[in-house]
Amino acid sequence: MTLLSETRSTVFHRILNREYFVYYALILVIVFFAIVLADTAFLSTPNFMNIIRQTTPITVMAVGMTFALAVGHIDLSVGSVVALSALVCSLLVDVVPWPFAVFAGLCAGMLVGLINGVLTEWLKVSSLLITLGSMGVISGVARVITNLESIPVTNDTFTFVFGSGSLGPISVMFIWTLLALVLGWVFLSKTRFGSHLLAVGGNPTASRALGINVVKVKITAMVIAGGAAAMAGMLYAGRLHGARYSLGEADLLTVIAAVAIGGTSLFGGRASVAGAVVGSWLMGVINNGLILWGFSTNEQIIARGLILIVAVAIGVKEDRK
Amino acid sequence: MTAEYHVPDTALEVREIHKSFGGVQALKGVSFSILKGEVVGLLGDNGAGKSTLVRCISGVHPQDSGEIIINGQEVDIKSPQDARDQGIETVFQDLAVIPNFDVSKNLFLNREILSSNPVLKFFGWLDHKEMNRQSEIALKRLNSRIPSFSEEIKNLSGGQRQAVSIARAVNWGADIVIMDEPTAALGVEQAAQVNNLIKLISSQGIAVLLISHNIQHVMEVCHRAVVLRHGRAAANVRIDDITPDDLVGLITGAKRAA
Ligand SMILES: Nc1ncnc2c1ncn2[C@@H]1O[C@H](COP(=O)(O)OP(=O)(O)OP(=O)(O)O)[C@@H](O)[C@H]1O
Ligand SMILES: [Mg+2]
Repeated sequence: MTLLSETRSTVFHRILNREYFVYYALILVIVFFAIVLADTAFLSTPNFMNIIRQTTPITVMAVGMTFALAVGHIDLSVGSVVALSALVCSLLVDVVPWPFAVFAGLCAGMLVGLINGVLTEWLKVSSLLITLGSMGVISGVARVITNLESIPVTNDTFTFVFGSGSLGPISVMFIWTLLALVLGWVFLSKTRFGSHLLAVGGNPTASRALGINVVKVKITAMVIAGGAAAMAGMLYAGRLHGARYSLGEADLLTVIAAVAIGGTSLFGGRASVAGAVVGSWLMGVINNGLILWGFSTNEQIIARGLILIVAVAIGVKEDRK
Repeated sequence: MTAEYHVPDTALEVREIHKSFGGVQALKGVSFSILKGEVVGLLGDNGAGKSTLVRCISGVHPQDSGEIIINGQEVDIKSPQDARDQGIETVFQDLAVIPNFDVSKNLFLNREILSSNPVLKFFGWLDHKEMNRQSEIALKRLNSRIPSFSEEIKNLSGGQRQAVSIARAVNWGADIVIMDEPTAALGVEQAAQVNNLIKLISSQGIAVLLISHNIQHVMEVCHRAVVLRHGRAAANVRIDDITPDDLVGLITGAKRAA
């Protein structure tokens, strides 16, 4: 073990590593709210299941965003893709068999991701700017095609599967969360594809020199981010029995804060799917606690912003290395 | 030791390589060859075209005209992958490692070992255990002292990182290894380690093209030196036949090749 002393890592360094920060933060926040909200139902299984139900769309988006960030991109259009795909799916679900509507919704999201990815590579500009633009275009389109009206969904199978249903005490949302966690984790950490994503984010020049198709990998990451956002849109439509142009509008900050606090670098090369999922739970618990405490959405927005800044502050030292 | 390198087989030959960037003619017809197990130093002042030539051979950008011949056959190298497929591995001037990856992930990047289970293999499931095992063997073969295989590369020293880059290059049974200033960023002792590595891989029959500004290193590890000046091969000399001062003269243009 003497050999290890040659390197800069110490046990201390590992424990205070930002990979673990989010777990400590979640426990701390739960303990904090359990104390100040002792006279409420905060610390109860139904409330936690409720938090999961509320948070799952964020969780799914966060997992997708992790893939975009892994390659060094960011996708600001996720919130607008939520609305677009929820609307596409809701407009179709009572017309065609529901799996087709779901497929169409997913395709809409992946198509946006593909366009984002291709434009970013083709114009050689930051994905930040491209997706800022596509966010504007898509949310405008969502308003125009629906005339600012809500689209109701009456198909019970669809609403059950995509968020409203539960199996005994377990909401289907919980199953979707687990699915996002397992799929995201396996693909990012266990497969060659995930390894290439992180390599491209860590050092694109070296990746290219070693024969990795950097352009393809980066575009694929954006398609995954778009697909995940579309999935989140479906879950909103199922849970709320309908879709509206404003769905997902306020989610961007929450998603980025959740992913960043979970230990994913905002500059590529380092990503944690489990961290993103736990980060989304942290956001959900804070929202829930603040509401039970009597605060409004305004305070929730402040909390989200603060968390993003804390996450960036923790991460920045390591990213500079 | 010295007797070994007189194998008459040519590993790599370049003929009349031309390359321009807009108006700049970086290479104006460069020709030379490297034998198997030979270490050839590629020398020249800043901007002489050394890195440009390396990038042509390693597939980063193709040459405008000229031929690259490997084992007697002309090859078409259009991408880094083509070069790797031809048995050419490159250790680039700027350390080409992934900072957040550990040693074995870096060694096996884009050459990953997949799970033997056919279903998992289909999904590209990595066999980390096997890759760690083989990494250990590869680095032992090069006598390099790497503290831990699970350590992220960014926590290693420059010399250790360079050892990983070189191990990656030779681990794949490469016939030709190109190194662009592998010791430029290193201290005295670490540079000496890299030089020993170069001698070691050359003794295993691998041809090495070494770019260096360090005359002492070139005199120590190279069998031959090719000097580039203004995009042309100004000299091609055996190290045994030249003094360090004359070599410097060839690089600066103060002396002309006989
Ligand atoms: N991508 C490029 N675009 C335009 N010009 C280039 C490019 N790459 C190299 N050059 C030019 O080609 C010439 C040779 O450059 P090269 O990098 O091959 O030199 P070098 O011999 O490696 O120098 P050094 O010792 O400084 O590394 C220089 O004049 C350089 O400006
Ligand atoms: Mg150079």
